[in-house]
Amino acid sequence: MIAKWTRAFALFWYDFVVGDDWRLAIGVILALGLTALLAHDTSIAAWWVSPLIVIAVLMGSTLLAGRKARKA
Amino acid sequence: MSAGFLFVAVFLACTVEAVEALTIVLAVGLTRGWRAPAYGVGSALLVLAVAVAALGPALKLIPLHTIQLVVGGLLLVFGLQWLRKAMLRAAGIKAKHDEAAIYQKEVEKASGVSARAGAFDSYSFRIAFMGVLLEGLEVVFIVLTFGTTQGDIPLAAVAAAAAISVIVALGVAVRVPLSKVPENTLKYVVGLLLTTFGLFWGGEGAGAKWPASDASILVVLAILAVVSAGVVQLLRRGQRAPSSAAAGSGLASELTQS
Repeated sequence: MIAKWTRAFALFWYDFVVGDDWRLAIGVILALGLTALLAHDTSIAAWWVSPLIVIAVLMGSTLLAGRKARKA
Repeated sequence: MSAGFLFVAVFLACTVEAVEALTIVLAVGLTRGWRAPAYGVGSALLVLAVAVAALGPALKLIPLHTIQLVVGGLLLVFGLQWLRKAMLRAAGIKAKHDEAAIYQKEVEKASGVSARAGAFDSYSFRIAFMGVLLEGLEVVFIVLTFGTTQGDIPLAAVAAAAAISVIVALGVAVRVPLSKVPENTLKYVVGLLLTTFGLFWGGEGAGAKWPASDASILVVLAILAVVSAGVVQLLRRGQRAPSSAAAGSGLASELTQS
């Protein structure tokens, strides 16, 4: 019972975080990590980093899915 | 600062936070049903009430940036997945069907639990819970900060309660008209909103200072909407497979129909 619950719980969080394309999750980690690095370790404004990376990752992920769909 | 100014300042600040929480709750409620988000809101309010009762002014010591980073990061990752699916559906690449129901069946199959009709939607619960908890904490901080500095926490609390009441009434009023919007259009907008709030809170949590404070949310939302619409157009243009026409008519045509 506990094993089944743990498996369902882990599956839920895997799907929540990784979902259909793992690149999105990596992009979010990269975006927030770089923002934190710039904000805390430099004097450069950091607010633009996350939107830029997130938009790039979203575009890449959807266009890649489109290309795959055309090939299929 | 007079009592009147204290009331207005807290009221306006709390209105902004309440609108943000309402947007999240409306977004999940309209697209996935109201039961789980209602439990999420109730649970978040309960946690807040217990935290306020137990900690009182010591609540100001809670690291808000860490909570913003975690909640923002999770919202961002979920919002991006949602937005990506909606963009693919709008472009006619993905069929318009209920992904969540399929996933729920997969989880239940994997865990050996038989599928039940009207199963509890954990996604909606978590998103509503996180949104209301984060914004609720910000409201508590506003009340404590303004109230403590002006020596009138009760008045600040009344102003916050008034702001929340107004926004809740607004939410109830717009719920029915919003429910008439086509499903994929709604999901597209929800994806945009979750991604925007995720970027805003996650960025703040990571230490970024947004140039226009909370107003930056609107700018980020507009940029995401324009970029995603452009990508959808690119995808639709690139679709040559004959099945694409049957898969869906896209966001633009849905918007013109609604």
